Amino acid sequence: MTARTVTGRAGRGAGRDERRLGWWLCAPAGLVMLLVTGWPVAYSVLLSLQRYDLRFPHRRAWIGPENYATVLTSVFWWDAVGVTALVTVVSVAIELVLGMAIALVMYRTLVARGLVRAAVLIPYGIVTVAAAYGWKYAWTPGTGWLAGFLPSGSAPLTERWPALGIIVVAEVWKTTPFMSLLLMAGLALVPEDTLKAAAMDGASAWQRFRLVVLPLMAPTISAALLFRILDAVRIFDDIYVLTNGAQRTSSVSIIAYHNLISGLNLGIGSTMSVLVFLGVAVVPLVFVKVFGASAPGQDRGR
Amino acid sequence: MGGHARARWAFLDLLVLVYALVPVLWIASLSFKDPSTVAEGTFWPTRWTWANYTGIFQNDDFVRGLLNSIGIGLISTAVAIALGTMAAYAVARLRFPGRNAVLGLSLLIAMFPQISLVTPLFQIERRLGLFNTWAGLVLPYVTFALPLTIYTLSTFFREIPWDLEKAATLDGATPFQAFRLVIVPLALPGVVTAAILAFIVCWNDFLFSISLTSSDAARTAPATISFFTGSSQFEDPTGSIAAAAVVITIPIVVFVLVFQRRIVSGLTSGAVKG
Repeated sequence: MTARTVTGRAGRGAGRDERRLGWWLCAPAGLVMLLVTGWPVAYSVLLSLQRYDLRFPHRRAWIGPENYATVLTSVFWWDAVGVTALVTVVSVAIELVLGMAIALVMYRTLVARGLVRAAVLIPYGIVTVAAAYGWKYAWTPGTGWLAGFLPSGSAPLTERWPALGIIVVAEVWKTTPFMSLLLMAGLALVPEDTLKAAAMDGASAWQRFRLVVLPLMAPTISAALLFRILDAVRIFDDIYVLTNGAQRTSSVSIIAYHNLISGLNLGIGSTMSVLVFLGVAVVPLVFVKVFGASAPGQDRGR
Repeated sequence: MGGHARARWAFLDLLVLVYALVPVLWIASLSFKDPSTVAEGTFWPTRWTWANYTGIFQNDDFVRGLLNSIGIGLISTAVAIALGTMAAYAVARLRFPGRNAVLGLSLLIAMFPQISLVTPLFQIERRLGLFNTWAGLVLPYVTFALPLTIYTLSTFFREIPWDLEKAATLDGATPFQAFRLVIVPLALPGVVTAAILAFIVCWNDFLFSISLTSSDAARTAPATISFFTGSSQFEDPTGSIAAAAVVITIPIVVFVLVFQRRIVSGLTSGAVKG
């Protein structure tokens, strides 16, 4: 297959071959991705316009936008939206600061650099569900070493705000390493000479960080933020294990899951799926507006 | 840079190590606790035991879950790599209209909320007879592993000195020999990296596995763990869950540490150069 392509810019005849080969090579991956996402998305739009409860299949009927009215006027739904937004904003903010600190340590440390860089990968490697059980038992009264620090009789996972706090801790712990790896790669793009020159001019370490490093890292930071925000709004595993949505700690993914699997209500479940999809689609648009960032992955030429 | 600076860095290193390792040590320690001592709430076990580990490997559901995880993970990875390598090669080396569309679609899917697929897939797979089968999980896993594969590999393929291939053919190698002897060894590290990242994505999944399965026919290990209860042979599931959590974590941590440098460059390639 490689013999047909030419590294140097090819002539017109070769251009058509190249085009065709490109399409053929991309077709299988593109088709799988389109089929497995596009078809279900279209299908869920159809389902969301029906009354369709698997416990009462004979009552199935087209009801137009009624499901949307039901969901959008539901307190539970807006609670879940609020929780998702709150957990996303708080954890990504903490991750940015903590991730930057860890990135600086990994990048600059004079001692045991390899060890630190290896250790940071461990939270990344752990299966989210496994780590979530660790946090759950750590805060379980009687069992957990962290619960031991609390006044006796407190059960943080059974109260709303402490539980949300623990969800944020679990999320931050697991995903900060990814953030700090991205930021460390960004740090490597800052030229040492510029930093040296700034130091010669009398800039303090903080000034060098704020006035030289941060502006040069802006594209990396905004890409990392976008990735993490879009990942954080999908939060499911941690909440499922820690509270399973009790005490109004459901995220939108949790509430949609419960409507489907526990409620067997395809209509409402699909409505929520569509709303989550639309909500997530808005995030990059808002992000680009606010931060003026170009979406990562656009053609960067050569 | 005197001893003072080194001491300061050593202290900061220590903080990072504590951050990364203490929660892991806690799960490991929990898994070695004798069930009767779990309620003591100490960090380290007061009585060490392997009983939790022998227990979960006698549990057919867990062993089956582990086999499902390995099988489904390997198949999904293989398919994602096969399709992803072709697409990544085209994106990296060929000029054709639609090249950016492939990258755009990948990016879109990488950020797609999985929950939006779960409801419709639940119904579609029940109709097609894919519900609660390996294939029913391989489909979404391949889909979500593909973007990562395409990104990692296309970045990697861009850096390969493809001219070497031409040089080899000029030296008398057949096109196939040039491909096998020159290009494959250059491309292999990238493919291995992409495969590991793809496998981690599949191995880590929980949402699809609990939603699209109804028995241990296809349920993967992370989902199996969430069904551990204290009712039957497990009086208190804490120790068993901790042991199972350690077991499913070990392969990934080993992968990640062995292929550390490649994984870091693979993870960051898409985001930073963009």
